[in-house]
Amino acid sequence: MNTAIQFVRAGAFALLLIFVAAAQPAAAQQAPNPTAQSVKEEQLLKALQPGASVSGRITIPDSHSATLIQPEGQDWRKFHQGVLPVIGGVAILGIIALLALFYATRGRIKVDAGLSGRTVTRFGGFDRFVHWVTASTFIVLAVSGLNLSFGKTVVLPLFGDAAFATLTGYGKLAHNYLSFPFMVGVALMFIIWAKDNIPNKLDLDWIKAGGGLFVKGAHPPAKRFNAGQKGIFWIVAFGGLIMSVSGWHLLFPFEGGSTVGDQQFWVNVHAVLAMIFIAVMLAHAYIGSVGMEGAFDAMGSGEVDENWAKEHHSLWLEERKKLAGNAPKGSVPAE
Amino acid sequence: MARVKFLCDADRCIECNACVTACKNEHDVPWGINRRRVVTINDGLPGERSVSMACMHCTDAPCAAVCPVNCFYTTVDAVVLHSKDLCIGCGYCFYACPFGAPQYPRVGNFGSRGKMDKCTYCAGGPEADLTQAEYVKYGANRLAEGKLPICAEMCSTKALLAGDGAIIAEIYKERVTRRGYGSGAWGWKTAYKDGVAL
Repeated sequence: MNTAIQFVRAGAFALLLIFVAAAQPAAAQQAPNPTAQSVKEEQLLKALQPGASVSGRITIPDSHSATLIQPEGQDWRKFHQGVLPVIGGVAILGIIALLALFYATRGRIKVDAGLSGRTVTRFGGFDRFVHWVTASTFIVLAVSGLNLSFGKTVVLPLFGDAAFATLTGYGKLAHNYLSFPFMVGVALMFIIWAKDNIPNKLDLDWIKAGGGLFVKGAHPPAKRFNAGQKGIFWIVAFGGLIMSVSGWHLLFPFEGGSTVGDQQFWVNVHAVLAMIFIAVMLAHAYIGSVGMEGAFDAMGSGEVDENWAKEHHSLWLEERKKLAGNAPKGSVPAE
Repeated sequence: MARVKFLCDADRCIECNACVTACKNEHDVPWGINRRRVVTINDGLPGERSVSMACMHCTDAPCAAVCPVNCFYTTVDAVVLHSKDLCIGCGYCFYACPFGAPQYPRVGNFGSRGKMDKCTYCAGGPEADLTQAEYVKYGANRLAEGKLPICAEMCSTKALLAGDGAIIAEIYKERVTRRGYGSGAWGWKTAYKDGVAL
């Protein structure tokens, strides 16, 4: 019996040896090869969707650091250094050239009938306050903003590194703080002037007549605001809104789950719109001051010459006169 | 002069975060700012890799290109440094940086940024080498002492390499050849427009 068992045992052992020997090369082939499995940077970058980034897990508390590589940073750089200055340069230098051309050919638009010497209240104190709060903050915001885009090529060589950086630092502070009165100003403007800026059929006729801008003596009728002013109003209302929303994202980075991608998007929106906004406001400032006789008084003293009002806002003047007939003069501002 | 670089051998990195800690300690980096971090890709999955990342000191650095006050400069060793005296904390370098290197202390109002802080390759800043003024703003200047960045020196597995780009690329290539695999020199294509050919 014993020998039989020993024989079986020996046989089983021999079999086992054969199995082990046979299994050995196979096991060697299946040895874990980390290469086959490991993530490779190149594959990750190739597989990236546009705007996405290579991210992982991080153990430090700053969750934004979990982004390892964000290639869109380089796209942002290309846009910011390549496209944006062109948009800004064309928009702002373009409008200045157009205005210069307009001034050279048309000159200052005079009050055809001459100044009457009698005035009529066009904008009351509150209207003018709101306008100038918005306008003055806009100028600071525009200058400090343009300085961020063009300062290092235009202004820096004049002042040197240290003085320019100090100046730009104050510019950033001014930009951050004055954004709030600007936002309030735009909101108030919308509240007090929106109802007089709703487009109507009269505006079509005004536009067809070119606003009387290009022909001497042409004065298409207009109510409180003509189509050109309405255009400016809506550009300020919507432009101001988008500038505020985009700026808010930059004032409060990472608030409400905003990512670096969101910030890149909003800073581009902010910058491109700003360039266009500045160009439009240059035209607005031109026609409201040197471009037209008597126009500045509307926002200056608030009292415009009656002949100016007759030529540029004929229907509004009629309404005003009717109102003035019923009420003591000067009690009601232009409404 | 050398063209210094960082190279993280992700097949060696064990995510111990010693580089992160060493960096914070060496430079007295304030709370909330991390000049270096370790990111784990495909965490918990087969093929998981950890990469230690900081400023890569790019060739043609995007941060320097977009900076509105030109506060960046590149040293003779190709280290990208910046002046905190000039920096206005606008955040543009953070938008442009592919590696999320620029960090901002939360001083001032709103969510706004203080003066930017980032990895200096342990090379200080524009102040005179090894002065207190330099240390306070930028941390230690190990390069001026003839030493390499502390993160790479501390690395327990020698996954993080710092030094002349050509030499560390050679070391990495030798490793890859010997062990038969490598997940790549992370960030090199992006930072230097040039990977390590394996």
